[in-house]
Amino acid sequence: MITEEQTSQAVAEILSSHKKEKKNLIPLLQEVQIRLGYLPRKAMQEIASFLEVPGVEVWGVATFYDQFRFVPLGKYHTRVCMGTACHLAGGKLILEALERELDIKVGETAEDGNFSLERVACIGCCMLAPVIVIKDKIYPKMTPFKVEETLIPYKQEPQGKLKE
Amino acid sequence: MLYHFAFLSLNFDVFNVTFEEINNRAKSEWEALQKGTYILVGTATCGRAAGALDVVDAFNKELTRQGLEVPIIQVGCSGLCYADPLVVISKAGSLRVVYANVTPEIVPRLVEGYVAGDDPCLELALGTFEGGDGEAVYIPELPRFEHELRLILRRCGYIDPENINHYIANGGYSGLEKALKMSPEEIVGELKKSGLRGRGGAGFPTHRKWELCRKARSTPKYVICNADEGDPGAFMDRVVLESDPHQVIEGMIIAGHAIGAEQGYIYVRAEYPLAIERVQIALKQAGELRFLGDNILGSGFGFHIEIAAGAGAFVSGEETALIAAVEGKMSTPSPRPPYPAELGLWNKPTLLNNVKTFAYVPLIVKRGADWFASIGTEGSKGTAVFTLAGKVASAGLAEVPMGTTLRELIYDIGGGIAKDKQFKAVQIGGPSGGCLPETLLDIPIDYDSLREAGSMMGSGGMIVMDEDNCMVDAARFFLDFSTKESCGKCTMCRLGTLQMLHILEDITAGRGTIEDIDLLLALAEDVKIGSLCGLGKTAPNPVLTTLRYFRDEYEAHILEKRCPARVCPELTAYYILPDKCDRGCEHCVLTCPTEAIKGGKGEVKVIDQEKCSKCGTCLEVCPPEYNAVVKLSPVSLLPSPNSSEKRARK
Repeated sequence: MITEEQTSQAVAEILSSHKKEKKNLIPLLQEVQIRLGYLPRKAMQEIASFLEVPGVEVWGVATFYDQFRFVPLGKYHTRVCMGTACHLAGGKLILEALERELDIKVGETAEDGNFSLERVACIGCCMLAPVIVIKDKIYPKMTPFKVEETLIPYKQEPQGKLKE
Repeated sequence: MLYHFAFLSLNFDVFNVTFEEINNRAKSEWEALQKGTYILVGTATCGRAAGALDVVDAFNKELTRQGLEVPIIQVGCSGLCYADPLVVISKAGSLRVVYANVTPEIVPRLVEGYVAGDDPCLELALGTFEGGDGEAVYIPELPRFEHELRLILRRCGYIDPENINHYIANGGYSGLEKALKMSPEEIVGELKKSGLRGRGGAGFPTHRKWELCRKARSTPKYVICNADEGDPGAFMDRVVLESDPHQVIEGMIIAGHAIGAEQGYIYVRAEYPLAIERVQIALKQAGELRFLGDNILGSGFGFHIEIAAGAGAFVSGEETALIAAVEGKMSTPSPRPPYPAELGLWNKPTLLNNVKTFAYVPLIVKRGADWFASIGTEGSKGTAVFTLAGKVASAGLAEVPMGTTLRELIYDIGGGIAKDKQFKAVQIGGPSGGCLPETLLDIPIDYDSLREAGSMMGSGGMIVMDEDNCMVDAARFFLDFSTKESCGKCTMCRLGTLQMLHILEDITAGRGTIEDIDLLLALAEDVKIGSLCGLGKTAPNPVLTTLRYFRDEYEAHILEKRCPARVCPELTAYYILPDKCDRGCEHCVLTCPTEAIKGGKGEVKVIDQEKCSKCGTCLEVCPPEYNAVVKLSPVSLLPSPNSSEKRARK
């Protein structure tokens, strides 16, 4: 977990390179999330006072967009594409297989913090459908059976050291 | 890869340099490259997904090992996504050979054979690269290129998107140079004559937006490029930005000059990190050569572009919602009028166009409106860029003149249906579009014909469906998408689509009644009328078109509890044919994730229907020589009395 001091320090650094303009709200949230992996409550409060807007406005924007999260992600964040091409090629079965193999539901992070699972609308790799993305590596033409195989190296290296 | 930066830092006075000098320098760099041997690897997102970066590594390693100094250029996507990773080896005075589906394993052979030697490894080749130098590149060996006409894709996969000189040497920024010498009225006049319509989907005449913005009195004005390509199944904007970003930037600068704006924004969706990265590099390089900045090419006109990265909301593609997002607010649409051309970003006149619309602009300015208007049909001019995905044999990107038929696109360019399956439908325009059946394959692709058929051009995503796809399930999928992505502002869009989704879920689960069809039709009308923006207004289209063309499938689900394509899990069961099961093999038993398959060594395998999660793994792993696993629908076809008892209990 990230402490409140760490959050404040990171947010202060990010705020120092931005102007106090409301159009910077989304870029600020994005930078904080890139840095910390999610948006701690404290960070949103600090952004609100920096921009001099009510905290609820920051919360409203942050919860409106799919990109923002309020809990830390797993070390291996896994995204399942649920675009049209992936759906037609059995994307739902892939999602079910991942939920089964990782023992978490979509939108959750595993208790040990190793995996988190998310569904995304389309990552634009439709000719390779169905696809999943673990960290930033794209795995094409998945089947429920291949899901199991693909996860093996990640499960064996649970400290998040496997980059791809 | 860094040679162009070396060039940029050469000691010449960038502030007094003319376009001609910039052009000459770019051309000499390009020509020097053509005099030697070089390797192109397609590393757009699609190429990377197929392993293109491993191929680049393999080339680097092998070239070092053999002591060869040959540039490897990471290019964008040439549209042949089915052939990724795609590699081209270009040798001066010899063939430029294209290799498809390259793996790191065959790289040493290619280096040995064609980079170092004279053997073009034809057994591994897809074809040869022809054209280029300002014209579209093509592969004459592939029949699809006889049907394509590439305008905005003409440099994709051919030039280094991270090197502005490649763009300039291939005709880039000469449209801007010409535009700066034209008056704003002349530019808008050219656009009007060209007949260009917005490529974002609705097909609004581009010149009308430009004219409104030009005439607007309030200042400052803004130009926004909409790269929030949210339709699942559409990725052409991504490809354009990743493969040839400067043409979009050039189009935006011309737009700024034409309407009197000094600031532009490119709104790119968060899911496209590589596109954002490549646009960033392109903006920096364009600034260094003074195509952007305070005094562009000494004309006195200044224009700046910033990137606004989306944060993941489909509704942001709607223009008023997009403006709200750039302003840092929740991305919800506002009523129109007033249109953004009058009251847009920060209530100032704002010109908002799609990526592709901007990409056409430099070409129209340079080659003239008459040339552009000579391509296409009466009401739809120019070309259309489509992504072909789904059950088509050669998935990828295609650019064809407007008026090309769907059949040509799917069969002559896409290579027909994969695995010799039967065509069922083509879905055009994503969640806003519709599913068209085989009988409509001969309609020409243009804004008006597609709308008449109940679909729409949309962003140009085209998904082909075959006999294994269920149309009710497809409609349910799109509605599920629209429901999730509705911003919630309009009640009918928020709750009406949800109600429709619940009805479709009932039908796919075998709980539908025949009255549901009329209820769906009535709700569809209400949702259309009761929604403010395009998302809600078009959300019922997939349901309406599937009901119009595939009503029999709805009726089979409702009346017979049968899914004709055997997709809907509640109406389908897996069954192992006892006389086909090998008995000795245990593939299905060992791989079944829910341990639903019983039967020891030497016994016929049986699926426990209660445990079965219908994942299809057994069908996938059953060796083709046995082919013992089948899908049955309705579930009542299951022969074993044992399993029908269990079904009765459910």
